[in-house]
Amino acid sequence: MLKIENLHARVEGKEILKGLSLEVNAGEVHAIMGPNGAGKSTLGNVLSGRDGYEVTAGTVTYNGIDLLALAPEERAAAGVFLAFQYPVEIPGVNNTYFLRAALNAQRKVRGEKELDSMQFLKLVREKLKVMQISDELLHRAVNEGFSGGEKKRNEIFQMAVLEPQLAILDETDSGLDIDALKQVAQGVNTLRSPQRAFLMITHYQRLLDYVVPDFVHVLADGRIVESGDKSLALKLEEHGYAGIGMSHPADPRRPGAVA
Amino acid sequence: MNEIMNNQSSTAATLRDNAGVAEVLGRSYSAGFITEIEMTGLPPGLNEETIRALSAIKREPEWMTEWRLEAYRHWLTMPKPDWAKLNIDPIDYQAISYYAAPKVAPKSLDEVDPILLETYEKLGIPLHERAALAGVAVDAVFDSVSVGTTFRKQLAEAGVLFCSMSEAIREYPEIVQKYLGSVVPTGDNFFAALNSAVFSDGSFVFIPKGVRCPMELSTYFRINAQNTGQFERTLIVAEEGAHVSYLEGCTAPKRDENQLHAAVVELVALEKAQIKYSTVQNWYPGDENGVGGIYNFVTKRGDCRGDDSKISWTQVETGSAITWKYPSVVLRGDRSVGEFYSVALTHHYQQADTGTKMIHLGKHTKSKIVSKGISAGRSSNSYRGLVKMEKGAEGARNYTQCDSLLIGKKCGAHTFPYMEVKNPSAIVEHEATTSKISDDQMFYCRSRGIPQEDAVSMIVDGFCKQVFRELPMEFAVEAKKLLEVSLEGAVG
Repeated sequence: MLKIENLHARVEGKEILKGLSLEVNAGEVHAIMGPNGAGKSTLGNVLSGRDGYEVTAGTVTYNGIDLLALAPEERAAAGVFLAFQYPVEIPGVNNTYFLRAALNAQRKVRGEKELDSMQFLKLVREKLKVMQISDELLHRAVNEGFSGGEKKRNEIFQMAVLEPQLAILDETDSGLDIDALKQVAQGVNTLRSPQRAFLMITHYQRLLDYVVPDFVHVLADGRIVESGDKSLALKLEEHGYAGIGMSHPADPRRPGAVA
Repeated sequence: MNEIMNNQSSTAATLRDNAGVAEVLGRSYSAGFITEIEMTGLPPGLNEETIRALSAIKREPEWMTEWRLEAYRHWLTMPKPDWAKLNIDPIDYQAISYYAAPKVAPKSLDEVDPILLETYEKLGIPLHERAALAGVAVDAVFDSVSVGTTFRKQLAEAGVLFCSMSEAIREYPEIVQKYLGSVVPTGDNFFAALNSAVFSDGSFVFIPKGVRCPMELSTYFRINAQNTGQFERTLIVAEEGAHVSYLEGCTAPKRDENQLHAAVVELVALEKAQIKYSTVQNWYPGDENGVGGIYNFVTKRGDCRGDDSKISWTQVETGSAITWKYPSVVLRGDRSVGEFYSVALTHHYQQADTGTKMIHLGKHTKSKIVSKGISAGRSSNSYRGLVKMEKGAEGARNYTQCDSLLIGKKCGAHTFPYMEVKNPSAIVEHEATTSKISDDQMFYCRSRGIPQEDAVSMIVDGFCKQVFRELPMEFAVEAKKLLEVSLEGAVG
């Protein structure tokens, strides 16, 4: 479904991704772990098309098409979803209205019939039930005045309604207490399916206790330096990223390295 | 105790370019067509003879002619105001025609020229009563005259008088004489004086004691003729305990010259009366290079004359090359309430200097101001407001909220709040924010599949929510659409 080859990307002139390669198939859950500044969030932003991220080399193929050639809204319509690390507030815009506009915009691009308010409401009710989210969030403005946990839950709820093929979760677990974490994890588990792939970007092992990944990758200095199954995450928990970094020689081109 | 606060804050928009929210491309103005109809009128020029001629055409009584002449003589002595943050090319008052009207004067709605009916139809204002919006009575003003007022009979049964100002002067002279100029005196300001001298038509509404007007009343102003100014005069009087909701809409064809619109609106609310006045102003704003467009210099004022009365102004301003307008409320009666809800959008080279004045005279009077300014392109958008608590305004309160939203990096938003507090028990609150549509908001919307332009409309709509919900339903929908059209091409 997703094939990233030798991806190099810059932000404000600084190279962050330095030859990242990764392949994700439908139905798989991949966890991307790594220290601060390794390029985890950059990967999510590059995949969803955020402005200001310049791809200097490499390719990203999604379902056979060049993902990097698409505008963010086209990627969304093609089934790519990014759950934000910091969901954005849009004052005065009703959450339900926003979500319906998003879904209908995507459906329009895909040549599907747009949903009227009754059909949409029905869909929303179903999803609320499955996700075990209170409908109180629906009546408020998009993320406005939401607690950290509510914002993250809202992201998962949006994902449930938009039904993406490739969901990228950017540190969805950060800032959550254990109850909220469980709720979010349960939401993700509900959405796991053979047709859908997940890319979970996280700092910590604890999310992986609840959403068990098929693969774990360690991202360090802009590259995947180690891949494995869920046991890799446990190893990381025990030894820290430093232990992983040791097994790889320092890149002489790395900033700060002594030439 | 005499405390005067004078606070000026100005936020220049030297913001970095928003990715995605960039330069101006084009803008469609769907009301910009010209109606080909045989017209009659006065040649351009302004002197006492013009005013006498105008008064004669309208078959006005002597007192009205004299009233106009007095205003004209006063106007001649007045300097034109230049305190607003506006660049206005000098206006040649002798080059303007002060009266233009369709040649055939209709006597009733059935006799209105089909071309005119078609014009209003195109603008979405059907004048056939059966086709009209349910529950909305319309007075249609075309250039200098009212071409028809719908539902007059039904309104008359409720005791409500709703007709053109010209008719009111002839048919209800005692009411007109009692109230005309009682809120905005002839010499109030330069443009009000000019209007008093040459006003041609407008709407007249009178709601007698205890009557709640059974339907929304509205006036639709259309400027069509070239080189003509529109100087309408509207007077709304709500007697004790009366309620009325009044809507006003405005459009004009696309023309390369600037045209002057200098209106005066007076509202009088007696004891326990309530007047709600809503405007959706969409005068031709000029093209993307700033050529043409209406100069909208308007004096609107309401007088809460009785205790426990309430006057509420809601405006959505997207049109005009230049807007100079401060709908105000004089809170004379004890416990009276004044409200001002405004959305002003400027694009291209439009300039707006708009806001309100709340003059608190009575005890425990309350006022609320919510102003939302949106600037795009190279436009300049200023909020100017005065809150005045006079000595007798015991326990009076004001709350002001001024928010500006910037789209792009070449526009400007400015806030000029003036406060004068002469009663120590009065409370004045002011909050102001300036924001721009952030890259984060745009990306968030787009990452969910919402295209750029829709995302901008959605964010702007959310920004204006507080004001839109004050508008009557049909107008709220129209206002929303209008903002969308007005923002077309604001993102690139």
